[in-house]
This record gives sequence, structure tokens and C-alpha cells, in this order.
Amino acid sequence: MAAITERQKLAYANAQAADGRVNLEFETDEGMTLNMGPQHPATHGTLRIVLKLDGEQVISCEPVMGYMHRGYEKLTEVRTYPQVTTLVNRIDWLGSFANEVPFILAAEKLMDIEAPPRAQWIRTLLFEMSRIANISLFVGDMALHIGAMTAAFYAFRDREYVLNQIESATGGRFHPNFDRIGGLKDDLPKGWIVDTKASMERIRDFCDEMETLVEGNEIFQARTRGVGVIPADVAMAYGLSGANLRASGVDWDLRRDQPVGLAWNEVDWHVWTHPDGDSFSRFWVRLQEIRESTKIIDQLLDGLPSGAIMAKVPRIIKVPEGEAWVATENPLGEMGYYVVSKGDLGPFRVKIRTASFNNVAVVPWVTRGVYVPDVVTILASLYFILGDIDR
Amino acid sequence: MGLVESGKLPKPLTSLLNTSRKYSIWIFQWGLACCAIEMGAALGSPRYDVMRLGVIPLPASPRQADLVCISGTVTDKMVPAIRRLYDQMPDPKYVISMGSCANCGGPYWDSYSVTKGVDQIIPVDVYVPGCPPRPEALLEGIVLLQERIGKEDMAARWKGDPIVVS
Repeated sequence: MAAITERQKLAYANAQAADGRVNLEFETDEGMTLNMGPQHPATHGTLRIVLKLDGEQVISCEPVMGYMHRGYEKLTEVRTYPQVTTLVNRIDWLGSFANEVPFILAAEKLMDIEAPPRAQWIRTLLFEMSRIANISLFVGDMALHIGAMTAAFYAFRDREYVLNQIESATGGRFHPNFDRIGGLKDDLPKGWIVDTKASMERIRDFCDEMETLVEGNEIFQARTRGVGVIPADVAMAYGLSGANLRASGVDWDLRRDQPVGLAWNEVDWHVWTHPDGDSFSRFWVRLQEIRESTKIIDQLLDGLPSGAIMAKVPRIIKVPEGEAWVATENPLGEMGYYVVSKGDLGPFRVKIRTASFNNVAVVPWVTRGVYVPDVVTILASLYFILGDIDR
Repeated sequence: MGLVESGKLPKPLTSLLNTSRKYSIWIFQWGLACCAIEMGAALGSPRYDVMRLGVIPLPASPRQADLVCISGTVTDKMVPAIRRLYDQMPDPKYVISMGSCANCGGPYWDSYSVTKGVDQIIPVDVYVPGCPPRPEALLEGIVLLQERIGKEDMAARWKGDPIVVS
């Protein structure tokens, strides 16, 4: 153990005082205060939730964020553009590749470069594969929080098939860092297309299995149907996006409505919505999304164009002055980057819009009056990732 | 267990105790960031299956755990909670620091809010490098720790101090 300096002692005392202040803020005279987190499995990381209870019912709920704040927006100011790609991989750690794409697209927009079609198609492929990797964990996780452990084991097992394919193409299981300004790092390896098709078959089997094992389960339905209902107008007022919004009946998907150069509009797929807006519908919509993703991947693999994977890009990347906003439909919802460049090697300022931040904002509204066990259900079904909230 | 505290344990008994200790490690999962998912894959998935190594991944609280796996980015806001967790664990206790962030700050080495290494607040036994490490890497870290436990002098490690809960 390294010797503890005076400065570290001071930092520790300060941190403890901050912790104490937070505790004091939430002290209450009436009812009972229940603290969930900062480390609780239902919070997908380090979200802390302070509940005020009246018996078993929740009076109010206060999410305390910042336990995973890593200072992304400040760090991007001291990195060059290729280095930022490495960094933003780790925002939503379950669907890493999907985080790189909007940033790279924003930089390409500023530099007025367009990646060749083959690169765009492979980007779309990997984007959808990271979506499967992300949402299949949600499927297992949601069942786990309700008390069904088997589904979680199945999810971890079948997720590996997708991760293997991502790894064989990019070299990284979790953080591919495969996207470059103007194209991709490498072409696909030999035999990848056949293997990917086989793994998509397995994922479809996984969806069928989950449909019977989890969705068809009476206890699961009793715990989720009619719990945590978010009407469409409230969902839009709080700025929800992604599957949470579609589960409230709003037909809105950036992949279809705002294609940013990727190959989604070249293939045939469907945006699923559900009119109920409860926890069950959020689960259902996400399960359908995995199926649609496998459909998209199969079609993309069939029609993959040949050609270069890299456009002509100068060796030292300097992005000209300007501002650009690019948003894509990530596994968790709308994710966007607002990049301001002053013509340097790195960005001057980057604003990152992540989906989970808004998805957590609705938690106090939706948990009023529910019972304590339902809080876990609602948190699990809203599906946020802490790196995506705090950045 | 007066023999253990006074350091007068005969060698065969020590090795017997150590063997039984190293194959019944209760590991507390302190998942913080990306590494938590790889830790979940290592501990909770049928493909990697940590229980065959004699590691039980489901203690109800840190007070029942022998080993804590700090996996992920430790921020300054998280530090008091980790220190409190470590203080609550009963002796003898071990720590695995998983991933570059917990080892030294990793890609956030110049961030204002990230603690550069969890070893600034608690002593670490095994460092598992990687960003994030593969599940196999975590398993190897656990095997390394088991080797270390097997060779340990119990009297030196376990001083029999009362558990202090702060």
C-alpha cells in the first residue's frame, strides 16, 4: 500500500463530509427513509436512490447521481479526435460501438468526408450487434430482478455468441474502438459472414426461449403488467427516448426518421410500439428490438457491398472550424454529440446527450405511490446504464 | 482459536486450514463500471463458471465476504463507501482490483473526479490489468490469490483484531 499523503487524507475527509451532507439532506421527520445504493444490482452500477416511505408505499423518490461521473466533456477537450473515440467507447459500456458512431459522424460532417458504402454497412452491422449485446443483457437482468435467475444465465450464455463475432472482427469484446474518421480500421475477417449468420440463428432461438420462459410466466406478468405506467405525454415531457418511449405508444425511431448516412433505410425492418406504457411493454418492445436487429443484420450481410473501407483522409487529422450535431438511436435511446471545433487537433468542446439521463429523470414521477418491490421492477424496466447517466 | 493469534500453529494444521480457506472464498462483487459486466460474465455465466474454483459469488453482505472484487472506475464520490465496505469485512480479508481504472485510473488518468487507483484507500492483493480484462483474466487473478492464500502464515495474516464497523 502506498503511503498516504496529507493531501489524500484531506481529500478523504472532504469526501466523507460530502457523504454526510447528502445523508443530512434526506433526513425526514415523517415516515421512513430507505436508501438504495450506491451499489445495488437493480441500479446497473452506482446509482443511489433515496426513498421516503409510508409503510410499504413510496411517498417520494430522489435519485442521487454522480457516483460514476468521470468528467467526459472536460476530458474530450484535452484529447485528439482519434483519442476521443477510445474514450467515448466507455460511456454506455454494453453497446460500445454504438457510442463511437455518432461522434465519428459528427467529425466527418465537419471535415466534409463521407465513408465508402462498405464502411457504412459494416458500421451498421456492428451497431446492431452491439444493440443485441446490450439488450440481451437487459432481458436476463430484468428477469433476475423479479426473481427468475435462470433467464440471467441464459442471457449471459447467448450474449457470448454476439461478443465472439464482435471480437473476431474488431479485436475487442467490449470496447472495439474500430471506427475511424473516414471509415474503419480493418475489413472483416474471412468466414465472418457465415459465422455471424449462425450466431443470429442462436439469438433468434434465445428470443423464442425468453418469450416462453419469461414473458409467458404468470408471475412475471403479475409483477409487471400495469406497474410503472408512463403515458405518452409524460414520456415526451420528460424527454424519454428509445424503447421507453416506444413502449408508451410513440412511434419514434431515429434509425428510420433521421438516417445519418448509415444503411438502415436500405433494408426492410419494423419499428415496434406498445400502447400500454407499463413495465411489461418496455420488456416486450426491447425483446422485439433484438429480433429486428437480427433481421437487419441478416439482410445487411446478404447485400454487403464491396470496395474500400477507408476514404481519403489526411494522416494528421485536423478538423476545420465549425459546429456539428449528430444523434443516433442507440440501444438505450437517443444519443448525440454536439462537437465544436476551432481547427485544432482535438475538439474545443463536446456536449454529449445520453439517453439514460432522461430515463432516470422520470423515476421520481413514476415511483410515486408504488410499493417497494415495484420500485425494483420499474428501475429494471426503465433500463439505464450508469456510465450513460453520469458520463 | 487462541493458537492462531499467538502464532503457535503447527505447520500441518496451517496447511490444512489454508487449503480449506482457499477453496471456500466468498467473493463480494463491487461492480462499478464496464468491468462489472465482465465480472458478471466470469462469476455468473455458465461459460466461465467460477464455482468450479471453489469461489462462491453470492454473499448477502460484505460482513460475510472474504474477498472483494473492486471492478471499475472508482470516483472520489465513491471512495467513502468503498472504505466503509472494507472496514466492515471480517479478517482475514483480500482485495482484487479489476481493470485499469481501479488499478491506476486507466483512461481517466487526468480526470478531475476519478481516484487514481483504489490502492490509495484500501490495500490490494491482486491487480488484474485490462480495459476491461477478459473473464479468464479475472479467473487467473483468483487462482493467483488462492496460491497466495495456500502459502500464507495464518498467524501473520490474521491478527485476531475485532471487527471495527464505522
